[in-house]
Amino acid sequence: MATKSQDVETLVKKEYAHGFVTEIDADTVAPGLNEDVIRLISHKKNEPEWLLEWRLKAYRHWLTMEEPKWAHVHYNPIDFQEISYYSAPKSTNDAPKSLDEVDPKLLETYEKLGIPLHEQKMLAGVAVDAVFDSVSVATTFKKKLAEAGVIFCPFSEAVQEHPELVKKYLGSVVPAADNFYAALNSAVFTDGSFCYIPKNTRCPMELSTYFRINASKTGQFERTLIVADEGSHVSYLEGCTAPMRDENQLHAAVVELIALDNATIKYSTVQNWYPGDENGKGGIYNFVTKRGDCRGVNSHISWTQVETGSAITWKYPSCLLKGDNSVGEFYSVAVTNNYQQADTGTKMIHLGKNTRSTIISKGISAGHGQNAYRGLVKISKNAANARNYTQCDSLLMGDRCGAHTFPYIEARNASAQVEHEATTSKIGDDQLFYCMQRGIAEEDAVHMIVNGFCKEVFKELPMEFAVEAQKLLSVTLEGAVG
Amino acid sequence: MNSTVIKHYVDQFQHLQKELISDQLQAHRQSAIELLQETGFPTMRQENWKYTDVRPITGKLFNTTTVDPEKISTETFDNLRLHELDCHELVFINGRYSAGHSILKALPEGVVIKDLASALKDHPQLIAEHLSGFSAAEHNGFSALNTAFIRDGALICLPPNAVIEKPINLLYLSGLNDQPFASHPRNLIILSENSQVTVIESYIGLNDSDYFTNTVTEVCMKQNAHLQHYKIQQESMQAYHIGSLKITQAKDSQVESHSISLGGALVRNDIHSLLEAEGAGIRMNGLYMATGKQHVDNHTRVDHMRPHTSSHEIYRGVLNDHARGVFNGKVVVHKDAQKTDAVQSNANLLLSDNAEVDTKPELEIYADDVKCAHGATVGQLDQDMLFYLRSRSIDENTAKSLLTFAFADEVIRRINLDPIRKRLEYQVIGRLPEADLIREFAA
Amino acid sequence: MLEIKNLHVTIDGKMILKGLDLKVNAGEVHAIMGPNGSGKSTLANVLAGRDGYVVTDGTITYQGKNLVEMAPEVRACEGIFLAFQYPVEIPGVNNIYMLKAAMNAIRAYRGEPPLDAVEFLNLIKEKVKLVNLKEELLNRSVNEGFSGGEKKRNEIFQMAVLEPKLAILDETDSGLDIDALKTVAEGVNSLRHHDRAIIIVTHYQRLLNYIVPDQVHVLSDGKIIKSGHRELALQLEEKGYEWVKQEAAAA
Repeated sequence: MATKSQDVETLVKKEYAHGFVTEIDADTVAPGLNEDVIRLISHKKNEPEWLLEWRLKAYRHWLTMEEPKWAHVHYNPIDFQEISYYSAPKSTNDAPKSLDEVDPKLLETYEKLGIPLHEQKMLAGVAVDAVFDSVSVATTFKKKLAEAGVIFCPFSEAVQEHPELVKKYLGSVVPAADNFYAALNSAVFTDGSFCYIPKNTRCPMELSTYFRINASKTGQFERTLIVADEGSHVSYLEGCTAPMRDENQLHAAVVELIALDNATIKYSTVQNWYPGDENGKGGIYNFVTKRGDCRGVNSHISWTQVETGSAITWKYPSCLLKGDNSVGEFYSVAVTNNYQQADTGTKMIHLGKNTRSTIISKGISAGHGQNAYRGLVKISKNAANARNYTQCDSLLMGDRCGAHTFPYIEARNASAQVEHEATTSKIGDDQLFYCMQRGIAEEDAVHMIVNGFCKEVFKELPMEFAVEAQKLLSVTLEGAVG
Repeated sequence: MNSTVIKHYVDQFQHLQKELISDQLQAHRQSAIELLQETGFPTMRQENWKYTDVRPITGKLFNTTTVDPEKISTETFDNLRLHELDCHELVFINGRYSAGHSILKALPEGVVIKDLASALKDHPQLIAEHLSGFSAAEHNGFSALNTAFIRDGALICLPPNAVIEKPINLLYLSGLNDQPFASHPRNLIILSENSQVTVIESYIGLNDSDYFTNTVTEVCMKQNAHLQHYKIQQESMQAYHIGSLKITQAKDSQVESHSISLGGALVRNDIHSLLEAEGAGIRMNGLYMATGKQHVDNHTRVDHMRPHTSSHEIYRGVLNDHARGVFNGKVVVHKDAQKTDAVQSNANLLLSDNAEVDTKPELEIYADDVKCAHGATVGQLDQDMLFYLRSRSIDENTAKSLLTFAFADEVIRRINLDPIRKRLEYQVIGRLPEADLIREFAA
Repeated sequence: MLEIKNLHVTIDGKMILKGLDLKVNAGEVHAIMGPNGSGKSTLANVLAGRDGYVVTDGTITYQGKNLVEMAPEVRACEGIFLAFQYPVEIPGVNNIYMLKAAMNAIRAYRGEPPLDAVEFLNLIKEKVKLVNLKEELLNRSVNEGFSGGEKKRNEIFQMAVLEPKLAILDETDSGLDIDALKTVAEGVNSLRHHDRAIIIVTHYQRLLNYIVPDQVHVLSDGKIIKSGHRELALQLEEKGYEWVKQEAAAA
């Protein structure tokens, strides 16, 4: 292994593959946050009065809140007055009516990102809503979805076209005052995706949103709301990238999922925001609130996430298991390399009878990365026969990284069964030796072992995402074993 | 409310200062009472006290004056002595040492086993040197309170290579007081190179009275020292008990800790070990059984500071009625503490729909070549086991008791001092329905 | 001794037994055979009274008493013994003590005095030889860390000690090698007695080479569709279950 350190150096220097900046005209609001900025955002989006009021209420509450300090992450304080809260590519002011009207440079960007936005890629059967900085630029496959009765559109469009649905469900899972970042998002969110699956409908294709932060000194505050009506089924994919910049950029999204009786929502994320350079300079602060509400009986919400990017990740996709027999799942791979920090996990709140939850968390730490699993399993008094199984595994690569596990289990019902297991291991020399002795290169052996470690999570991802996730993992970890 | 009670303790402190001759520990006491005034008592907003509300303790003003221990007749507690074990026994009544009731047998040369008050006169330097080996940051309001009121307790000090065959029983008996009172026992155990000892701390309620035991035990272990430590908590069901055990471990030193918590209305047990050098290891076994409205909180923390250190922990809880159990076990593997071997398991049995348990096994790992695992479960008796026993003609209640006992016995059977194990098994069974029928399983 | 009439049993609302009739007299050995999922183990468990097996119709009469109403432990005291298909491990409960408790519970039920320790140990020593069970296993926790064969031997050993009136062996033979199978069969044969009935639930004919049954029943889709003698089992082995099903369907 004598040649290793050289390899490590060359490989670590490998650049962030998505780190390009797109040169386009943008309509950006000057940095700073006050009620006028919020009024301006609301005005630009031609929002109804109730939504402006909702934003202002959230903002006023946010002013009274303090930034949370309990997460196992360290960073310099964020100056919320230095961030621009609105940036839109200028040419979209007149809203493109079809793909042909979308700024070709944008399309080029998406192509670089490998987003299947073009016709030929539509054959992949993915309907895409792409959010660029703050606004949604194109939604494909609208027609086919409309035939099935599925509404899938930018959030701002939903506000105009389906105000009754937005009003009914917005903030019903993550209240505006839920936490510091959710309150901030509620005040300033600019766009995002809205999705409604009508009763007894199986969404005919995977839905997908790609998020990209492009402009500098901007924050991205998108909001996703997915409602699966009784007996419906939807699978939703979310991907994210950002250009390389020296400063830290804030991404504070809110995702709300609502599953009514017998509905299923599967939400998959591949998060690849810019992680900062090898010295920990730059990168996205990814402070996200994601929560699913299994409101109906037999409802089912499944979160799958592959978190390879961001300088700091702070997210806990959670499930409120309200309906009897509802099921919550959380499958996660979180990778931290260089100086990345992640504090991620889930909350499974069992409220209904016979509710079940499964948590599979795989943390990989390399370089100086710090990776924490933080999870809550709460069995409330009425959740008879609730079941939870949690498995948290950590893989360590290198002796300067950290892996932490903070599970909270609160049981209030005697018929509940909760099981939590956690292990920590490193890639064993003997495992590597065995592979190498059979002629497998060390890097390949590492990838094999890491992919094996993550297999339980990857198998939950839709096919093309699983391939992307494996690739991302390889890129993120190249040269990490020493 | 917090300020009223702190003022109460400050007043008591000033009173005590007049009573105690100025000794080597005055500075310790003074800084501790200042620390208490500064930090106050813990609240549920602090992560370490998230599930335990101490206001029942801090809302009460406890007295410190108590009966003269020598005036209590030995018949009052004769059955609580460990007769069946050939041991040294230091007896404390309401926190005050009783020379008359204590039994000290012959000791090897250089070994000191003494009550703290006399030891403060005879070995002031030794005590001042080893006391509060932990930093101020480790303190909470209760341990500061204990330090401010250091007076009684035990000093156990072994010179190099000393091996004490007979266990030492520190028998803390409480009750027999008209008014609610607080005691703050402080034990100091200093084990030099290659020394070995077994220490039992028994906290037993004499009657159903309302009192508060606030105890701190510090252990300093030199190279290759061996300690078997037992803490048996059977306070009265009205009593409050806050106790901590703090251990610093040098190279190759080994601790085996057994903590059995059966009594008390509101109980908090803390164990914190610093594995400061290679080869140091600790085993922690714990059992908490609570019923009625008991609240039992067990916190353990092990810091693996150096390579090749190990910790093995198994804690089990049995919660019935409206009882609430809390477990928080933290393993920290510091940078460079390679080859750490840490295993932790916590299992809880909820026997009633009103019982609650909150458990949080934590791992914080900053080294890569380590073997760490933890597990936690909450559940009820296994239906298949129950059916198996019933199909073998054992009635349902007996089968349930039997399985509950078997669950608890996973911890108790690890105790290798037979008389103590038998006593505990007897007591644990005694708390179960159909106790007589299942006695023989423990034979 | 045992009479089952028109037995219907559901598990989680799903009907498993759909009108099963069976009569077993004292002194007889009955083999119940059938394909996977036919309801064999359900029958064994419903006789022992496992929770979750709901009798929706029909009767089970055991020694003139209604068995359906009895708690599992009462059935055991009445002399019913189930040798489990998957004997559960019970960490922390000593094998021998459990057996002693069982023994004395049954004796108490019959109004007999408990056995003292010496009598009990003599009995154990005698019976343990019968099934070739390693003596060291006696003092371990129930089934904990036992191999598959040891668990099955332990079941037969318990049966030998408890001397039931009606023994039900639920796939005791599956997973056993030939030597273990012979030992188990010897154990069972030694318990054949004119006041004892034995029901052997099995998937394979093999065991019946060593324990010759008086009657063989084919269970399929929740009903007994054919009964016969020893030869039926051999036919089943040769031809499989399909022909019986077709025959039953034709009839």
